Amino acid sequence: MTISPDAFTFVRELVRAESAIVLEPGKEYLVESRLVPLARTAGHPDVDAFVRELSTRRNPATLRLVVEALTTNETSWFRDSDPFTALRQSIFPTLAKTRPHRQIRVWAAACSSGQEPYSILMTAQDTPELAGWKVDMLATDLSQEMLDRARSGQYSQLEVNRGLPATTLVRHFERSGLGWRISPALSSQVQFRQLNLMRPFPPMGTFDVVFLRNVLIYFDLATKRDILRRVRQVMAPDGHLFLGAAEMTMGVDDAWERVPAGRSSVYRIREEHRSCVS
Amino acid sequence: MRVLIVDDSRAMRRIIGRILSDAGFEVLEAGDGQEAIDVLEAQVELPTLACVDWNMPVMDGLAFVTEVRRRPEWRVITLMMVTTESESDRIVRALAAGAHEYLIKPFTADAMLEKLDLLGLLPMPVGDPS
Ligand SMILES: C[S@@+](CC[C@H](N)C(=O)[O-])C[C@H]1O[C@@H](n2cnc3c(N)ncnc32)[C@H](O)[C@@H]1O
Repeated sequence: MTISPDAFTFVRELVRAESAIVLEPGKEYLVESRLVPLARTAGHPDVDAFVRELSTRRNPATLRLVVEALTTNETSWFRDSDPFTALRQSIFPTLAKTRPHRQIRVWAAACSSGQEPYSILMTAQDTPELAGWKVDMLATDLSQEMLDRARSGQYSQLEVNRGLPATTLVRHFERSGLGWRISPALSSQVQFRQLNLMRPFPPMGTFDVVFLRNVLIYFDLATKRDILRRVRQVMAPDGHLFLGAAEMTMGVDDAWERVPAGRSSVYRIREEHRSCVS
Repeated sequence: MRVLIVDDSRAMRRIIGRILSDAGFEVLEAGDGQEAIDVLEAQVELPTLACVDWNMPVMDGLAFVTEVRRRPEWRVITLMMVTTESESDRIVRALAAGAHEYLIKPFTADAMLEKLDLLGLLPMPVGDPS
């Protein structure tokens, strides 16, 4: 059984309007499989019936759940490892020389269930140059469900098995029920907030490091360009932007330049575009 | 590269063996710590890695790890515990005894490969395309 063309079109347009995520034709199966649980919970025999009711009643809470169900939240600890090595070996030490207030500000702009911001904080703790510094971490995502999970700091055994060295596990987590909970020392350093990247950013100051990883891939070119332009406005002039391994600024927003950082690369605002920032 | 899988469950040895042979390892097996020591003593070419269960008859995983670490000629072997023992103090004990990594059962093939990646034992790093 596959979803009807009308239902697919409705969901596709809704998701596009609310999250900028593009669902190409051919993603019918994805939409169907992600919405089956919601349809069941709402007591509908199938996804078509669920979408039909949604399109007439337009219940805001249900609309939000549908959009969230179509986000992809795949993430892991120290994802791709190289960006974190670059933070520890070069970026944090450099920032430590140039920030007089012994404080750096980091934004994880699509933080999913929290592995990314927590990995950044663990990396900061492993950076000797930052001993005694305050790392001010803002972690945001579109999905309220992911933010709730991230805030709880609670992870299953399967999740901590993925990419987390055992020494890091015992240092930064406590057993909790069948799973593990991130230590309060770390979780208290993160401020989690809902933020939709396609909308204007709320006032939030400027950041020294921004992680915008594995999220631009879901958007069209115009949206990517607009987001990258607005990220420049919340970036310290000498700040560092990390994108996912499959993402780049080239041909999207050329005010950024790609510079090598260890085995990884990082994006910086080109000299001639830095003036506009306070 | 060779791996020694030390587990008293044949089914578990087969699961781990499958994952690791797909990753390019040549697999050796032992059903407990003592058997594993015997296997190691018989090898001309030592394995790069040993995956070690905790609870086994005759000689358990912790005792095996301790014994391997006691012998300088076996320093080259990377030790990873693969066990259902999941309390923090257990993990701390195993690491203190000389284990390099610790994977808690049940696990997925990806999780095992990511651990090997952390240990620098994979020819190619595992990316996770979303
Ligand atoms: C694949 S995850 C990436 C998580 C993490 N950055 C990483 O690299 O592991 C993508 C995340 O982007 C979020 N997302 C999708 N559209 C968004 C939007 N318009 N605004 C903010 N977050 C969005 C999703 O909810 C999801 O948690």
